[in-house]
Amino acid sequence: MNFPLAPRGADLKIVVTVKQVPDPNAPQGLDADNTIARDREVVLDPGDEYGIEEGLLLREASGGEVVLVTMGPEKARDAIRKGLSMGADRGILITDEGLAGSDALATTRALAAAIRPEAPDLVICGTESYDGSTGMVPPMLAELLDMPQLTFAKHVEVSGDKVTIHRQTDDGYQVVEAASPCLITVTAGIAEPRYASLKGIMAARSKEVRQMAFADLGIEAGEPAEKVVGIADAETRQSGEIVEDNGTSGVERIIQALQAAKVL
Amino acid sequence: MKIWVYAELSQGALHGVTLEILTRARDLGDAEAIALGPGAKAAVAALGRHGARRVHVNEGQDYADYIAEPATETMAALVEKGAPDAILFAFSADSREVAGRLAARLGVGLISNAIDLEAGGDGLTVRVPYFGGAKVATYQANSKPAIVLVRPKSFEAGESGGEAEVLEVAAAAGGKRARIVERKVEAGDKIKLEDARVVVSGGRGLGGPDNFPLVEQLAEALGGAAGASRAIVDAGWVPYAMQVGQTGKTVRPGVYIAAGISGAMQHTVGMKSAKVIIAINKDADAPILKLADLGVVGDALKILPKLTEAVKARKGR
Ligand SMILES: Cc1cc2nc3c(=O)[nH]c(=O)nc-3n(C[C@H](O)[C@H](O)[C@H](O)COP(=O)(O)OP(=O)(O)OC[C@H]3O[C@@H](n4cnc5c(N)ncnc54)[C@H](O)[C@@H]3O)c2cc1C
Ligand SMILES: Nc1ncnc2c1ncn2[C@@H]1O[C@H](COP(=O)(O)O)[C@@H](O)[C@H]1O
Repeated sequence: MNFPLAPRGADLKIVVTVKQVPDPNAPQGLDADNTIARDREVVLDPGDEYGIEEGLLLREASGGEVVLVTMGPEKARDAIRKGLSMGADRGILITDEGLAGSDALATTRALAAAIRPEAPDLVICGTESYDGSTGMVPPMLAELLDMPQLTFAKHVEVSGDKVTIHRQTDDGYQVVEAASPCLITVTAGIAEPRYASLKGIMAARSKEVRQMAFADLGIEAGEPAEKVVGIADAETRQSGEIVEDNGTSGVERIIQALQAAKVL
Repeated sequence: MKIWVYAELSQGALHGVTLEILTRARDLGDAEAIALGPGAKAAVAALGRHGARRVHVNEGQDYADYIAEPATETMAALVEKGAPDAILFAFSADSREVAGRLAARLGVGLISNAIDLEAGGDGLTVRVPYFGGAKVATYQANSKPAIVLVRPKSFEAGESGGEAEVLEVAAAAGGKRARIVERKVEAGDKIKLEDARVVVSGGRGLGGPDNFPLVEQLAEALGGAAGASRAIVDAGWVPYAMQVGQTGKTVRPGVYIAAGISGAMQHTVGMKSAKVIIAINKDADAPILKLADLGVVGDALKILPKLTEAVKARKGR
């Protein structure tokens, strides 16, 4: 989904934030304390694969470097490895005992502290993570890095220091421009993430993954924005009538239901 | 409690979600609204009728033309002077970006995706669905201001008959960086998904984009709107404007018909408040059937055309 890029003078330094999440395709459970069980299968967030792919495409067009940054447990190194085997150049893993209680702001502070010294031209994030799913890290990160934000991109073009995206909206899209350095969030469907080749997997083994703790970044564990005071089951709808369609019964029952609902 | 509501304006029009949130906010404390951008002044009357005692306005075009930053600047300046206890935003694409930047600027956390709010002795408590909507957590906000993003359709908007005092605010000086240079509309002038009384949605079970007209034809026959699962939006069969669910629209129609949609939690959070849910799925174990008032186990490709004919025949009478 990308236009050919205009040749660039300088190389692009691209940071892609990536997160490790419970595997969307594995059955999920809750731990006894009602937190999402994390000892299950974990994967690189599928939403972040789009960010990596877009970063790689931009690097291939203009030269430069793709650096992956994640904050998570030691195991999150696997998410970085996956991205490195797709072709990213190196990774930064922020891991610390104090990160367990991190909310979006604390996460963002850590990411910003690791990204700032990299002085990237572009920071690429997913629109929202699979398990956080609120999309709050990217705007917070843009603010802390003092960058403009180009969000919900379904198409990205870089020409010199001008970055143009198509921003998906409720009824179409907007063309939005900013000068780099800037932060971009990408939507699913911006580009089909590539598979890691065997060669890529081998190459990833020798790529650098720098591990950093909060102290290395000069930050402290924060207080979360909220305190959990209760957990309850959501109200569920009663399941209704099930009809096996025999060629006519399905249509008949739906028509009756539409009449009962007074839309017919 | 001093509670502010950030008004969502798009292309000069006030979004209904702001009035939903105000309707709740006025019961929680002293409610004020902030309306930035073209249409701000025109929105004052409705904001007042829905419970805002004061509305801070600025009509500046920059708020509409630049993403998030001018609004963040102005909000940060207002918060410093006004010291609200809480600021409520719509959980929508535009508002959440302002909320995120503002929270980072102020160094306070935020609570996202709220479906209910209450004011108690200890401040604001907020209910948020998690684990795909199967559980609901109750949080108590720790920060001042508490910044909360509220899901559309969480409350029903209702007037309380007030009139708001108008306070002009100074325009933001900075933040003119991410500029919207063009707007393209793909949705056309069909009935808006969020406002439709009947929504017919299709998913991957339709087999391919060529079969999506079966969904549109039924929607049209019923005088409703067509929707979609994210799977087929991502696959490029239909535009994002049609997506229902967590990352798409939240709908609350009288009748929701899901054809060839499995019923993943990220889809059902966007439609489970419909009055009547009808699902057509060929798999008797599909999760959508557990939530449907009427579940038909069968082939959507066979049922949809017959259903459209039957609806037309009855409407024609
Ligand atoms: C962070 C995040 C956000 C998300 N946000 C959203 C969102 O906003 N909206 C959304 O919809 N999804 C969202 N999803 C995706 C969601 O998890 C599901 O993947 C998606 O909803 C599945 O779409 P589907 O039901 O069309 O496809 P599938 O899950 O593939 O289901 C297809 C269904 O069609 C049935 N079927 C097949 N053939 C026929 C036939 N001939 N007749 C009848 N039935 C048939 C099958 O039995 C199956 O149940 C999100 C996911 C993530 C990770
Ligand atoms: N712990 C994390 N480490 C790295 N990136 C993250 C982390 N959390 C969120 N992000 C990034 O922010 C995006 C949105 O996540 P969220 O705000 O959690 O919905 C993700 O797609 C990631 O790119």
